[in-house]
Amino acid sequence: MRYIPNSPAEREEMLRAVGLERASQLFDSIPADIRLEKPLGVPSALSEMELLEKFNRMAERNRAATRPSFLGAGAYSHYAPTIIDHLISRSEFFTAYTPYQPEISQGTLQAIFEFQTLVCQLTGMEVANASMYDGSTALAEAVLMAERITRRKRVIVSSAIHPEYLAVADTYVQHYGIELERLEIDEQTGRTSTEALASLDDKTAAVVIQSPNFFGCIEEVAAIAERAHAAGALLVVAVTESASLGLLRSPGASGADIVVAEGQSFGVPLSFGGPYVGLFATRDKYARQIPGRLVGEAYDKQGRRGFVLTLATREQHIRREKATSNICTNEGLIALAATIYMETMGRRGIEETARQCAQKAAYAARRIGELQGYTLPFSAPRFNEFVVRAPSNADELLSRLASEKNITGGLALSRYYEGRETDFLVCVTETNSRAEIDALVEGLRSIAG
Amino acid sequence: MDSTNITKVTPHISHNEHLIFERSQEGRIGYSLPPLDVDETPLDELIPAELRRDDDLEGVPEVSEVDVVRHFTRISTWNYSIDLGMYPLGSCTMKYNSRLNEKVARIPGFANLHPLAPESDSQGALEVIYELQEYLSEITGLAGVTLQPAAGAHGEMTGVMMIRAFIDARDGREASAKRRVMLIPDSAHGTNPASAMLAGFTVKAIRSTSEGFTDLEHLREMCAAGDVAGFMLTNPNTLGLFEKNIREICDIVHEAGGLVYMDGANMNALVGVARPGDMGVDVIHLNLHKTFSTPHGGGGPGCGPCCCTKELEPFLPVPRVVKDGDVFKLDYNRPQSIGRVKAFYGNFGMMVRALAYILTHGAEGLREVTEAAVLNARYIAEGLTSDYEKPFNAPPMHEVVFTDKRQSRKGVHTLDIAKRLIDYGFHPMTIYFPLIVQGAMLIEPTESVGRQELDQFIEAMRSIAREAKENPDLVINAPHSTRIGRLDEAAAARRPILRWKPKESASAA
Amino acid sequence: MANVPEDLQYSKDHEWLRVEGDVAVIGITDYAQNSLGDVVYVELPKAGEKFEAHESFGSVESVKAVSEIFTPVSGEIVEVNESLNDEPEKVNNDPYGAGWMIRMRMSSPGEVDSLLSGVEYEEFTSGETE
Repeated sequence: MRYIPNSPAEREEMLRAVGLERASQLFDSIPADIRLEKPLGVPSALSEMELLEKFNRMAERNRAATRPSFLGAGAYSHYAPTIIDHLISRSEFFTAYTPYQPEISQGTLQAIFEFQTLVCQLTGMEVANASMYDGSTALAEAVLMAERITRRKRVIVSSAIHPEYLAVADTYVQHYGIELERLEIDEQTGRTSTEALASLDDKTAAVVIQSPNFFGCIEEVAAIAERAHAAGALLVVAVTESASLGLLRSPGASGADIVVAEGQSFGVPLSFGGPYVGLFATRDKYARQIPGRLVGEAYDKQGRRGFVLTLATREQHIRREKATSNICTNEGLIALAATIYMETMGRRGIEETARQCAQKAAYAARRIGELQGYTLPFSAPRFNEFVVRAPSNADELLSRLASEKNITGGLALSRYYEGRETDFLVCVTETNSRAEIDALVEGLRSIAG
Repeated sequence: MDSTNITKVTPHISHNEHLIFERSQEGRIGYSLPPLDVDETPLDELIPAELRRDDDLEGVPEVSEVDVVRHFTRISTWNYSIDLGMYPLGSCTMKYNSRLNEKVARIPGFANLHPLAPESDSQGALEVIYELQEYLSEITGLAGVTLQPAAGAHGEMTGVMMIRAFIDARDGREASAKRRVMLIPDSAHGTNPASAMLAGFTVKAIRSTSEGFTDLEHLREMCAAGDVAGFMLTNPNTLGLFEKNIREICDIVHEAGGLVYMDGANMNALVGVARPGDMGVDVIHLNLHKTFSTPHGGGGPGCGPCCCTKELEPFLPVPRVVKDGDVFKLDYNRPQSIGRVKAFYGNFGMMVRALAYILTHGAEGLREVTEAAVLNARYIAEGLTSDYEKPFNAPPMHEVVFTDKRQSRKGVHTLDIAKRLIDYGFHPMTIYFPLIVQGAMLIEPTESVGRQELDQFIEAMRSIAREAKENPDLVINAPHSTRIGRLDEAAAARRPILRWKPKESASAA
Repeated sequence: MANVPEDLQYSKDHEWLRVEGDVAVIGITDYAQNSLGDVVYVELPKAGEKFEAHESFGSVESVKAVSEIFTPVSGEIVEVNESLNDEPEKVNNDPYGAGWMIRMRMSSPGEVDSLLSGVEYEEFTSGETE
């Protein structure tokens, strides 16, 4: 096996050095009746060439990976500068562990400190952690954190949050006595209906919304923040499309108390849903309630600046069952990719990407809205996603679009909702050329016709 | 600094590099995008001004591509990494990360595949998931597998939630309402109790014996006290010892109506040699980033599959990936499922790498890895016994624990030994864990270290033991060769600075 | 050797107490701060909260440990040392002075009699070190 340095002869010598004759004796402390006496039912080893061939063959069956696509809904196709993959592929980053020994981990630590700063800048918040698994688990952790801060058990969540995020939150809180009450969607605007906010009371820990929401509509975050704060509740804002932060008012500037986001848009491959990276930010006053790792500035005896994991007493390895979360590390390498993305695109690139997304989506929405039989049911302003109401079953229509026109036209909302059989969600980013958008419009026209 | 005994490294120039924000200059550009190719609509018509940013993204850096490349290349050289050498962190399994697996995960057909693409057009990805599930099931001897959890702790949470759901279904909600005690050894990883809490369990500790094993008497006593939902055990345990009474442990817990959860962090000692399912374990999580070599990446991403018995299978998270004839499908129709623990299907990129690892090794290679990993640990145990206190006599599996008992007489503690090891060119071992061993040093070499480097490590540790006797200050003030010395962590925690701020506003904030 | 002023009362949980009329001033001992190491954060209750004797009223954090702190007597919090928020190191530097933690109006001042004297506490801690 080429990944094991020692030759068979060296292993024999080492065995003798530890007083053994055969390798099998290494396992004498395992009772004989539970030792595996036959080889594992796993095929025999593949050479490098054979392995590549097998995986290339499997990858070819992922036909959706190679065609023009207008899928979003929590995972987005964005341009990723070439240098990202080169830099994260440096051994010093990708084969390092969590930076427990700061003297020989300053590269990772400084990168995380920059990540935390960038997340604060984009979300408009004061403190951000070193990242979470993804946006969905970050949202669930935000709900638990709101309960810790307020010691209240009622949480009001918008139905216009990504359905899979809501499902994850349901799983996380099921044993906490936290009730997740749903706020309805305003069928006119596509926004969260604020009528039900009248029920906010002194038992409410938090109001949780997503903006832009799952239907692409930008929520009135500031107004909802005001209502939540009036009742002493926190406002948790989730962002699944982080590219929107380049153009939209930040959740922090709109009054959010906790902001969670999916950072996949920042240079992270789609990779069939993961690994992605969760952003988690809050106000300074809640820093000690934050889940996950935090990196802070520190100095040595000579006064040299460095960075170190800090406020560790919140964490599971010290506080065990009383920790703020069971999370052990972060999404290190993916957070690094996002950091390199944010720095390479920079102030102007992040803004330009967001502008192009909004403009191209607006162009696509206008063209589709002009088609006979298609309507855009929601009136609220949008960023780069929008719902289209088709003249017939959306799932069938999109299947035909894929097989006949080789375009993935979006997501049929019947995947998540009953009663939305003709609705589908379209996402347009800077990677979709005008020619692709025109082909989508033409495809929708001809199939409906 | 006395460097006569140091053979592995030589001090070398290291570049200084400020924070990117301190490098930033207005007008520098690092990206290129094609010009907008659709007619532009005035922004006010699309999104009203009050919903748009008005801060012009102030503070976000403006740097060139060259700036970014130099910046990250420079700071990268300040890290230790597996590719530089032995990284003997106990319980972390820092083994070689194959480049081939990186290449495979980057094949466009995987990397560019959207998670919500139609199943019929994602068959290759579903096949990867299905095949990996099958192999993990074979390796653990457990029938049901989910790959959805994103990390070990996430897998633990999933596993204990399944235990709770199983008991609720078995006993009925009312009868099970009291059965909420999760037993956890005092030597366990901190994630175990934290995960048990998330599932609403009350944690009670089980003592370890002076030989380093689960105290069966205490376990019996706690089980007899009733209300036990389960027992979370790491095997080999965190002291590197195989729990030889595992069958009996499982029987005691099962007879008390509880289930056995195994923390699979130490599976690198068992693959191909023994299977948790054959020991009586009901549910286990694996760490693909440990045993199956997916890169640690400076702290993630991980992947923490959960494997379980047939009886627990109905409670696995949705969706499950199943095979129907020749077609792979997502199955959402699982009414007893604990629900979803993550959006989409988990850290797919890690699954591709882990499958490549398994297929590259094959059945024989997997067992060979286990033998090499245990042999390396045994070799270190043998090599260090003369100079360091080894608190437990039983032969270690893939990792071995020593203490600073002899060195601390001269005022040299585990932390100092760890820091001095850096000067010798090694990453320190895991220190002060497990908590039940005072001054613990937990050493796990993995199979990825050759004999010469093992000898260098043993020699470095012996040399430090000599220094601790003859020149303790040299050890106490280590490291001497790094860019920075020991950082004032107390000051950092008292008045935390968790982000960069521009100079002028720093005083105002 | 830890400093143990004679004019204070002590608990076996390593808190000290000074009686000022019906109010008790409470903090942790020199011995306690020394075994904790650098204190980086002190979590304290709010004025008005009531506690029984030997109840946890907060926690003291060092870089890598958290220790609960317990009321030696019963009563109601009348004041907490807010300055510890910004300068937790006072607990290390001046545990019996600027590092005080809470002032409590005692509900049963008789409880003070069951506490240890300086001499007794010194004996108690020397036993613990062995």
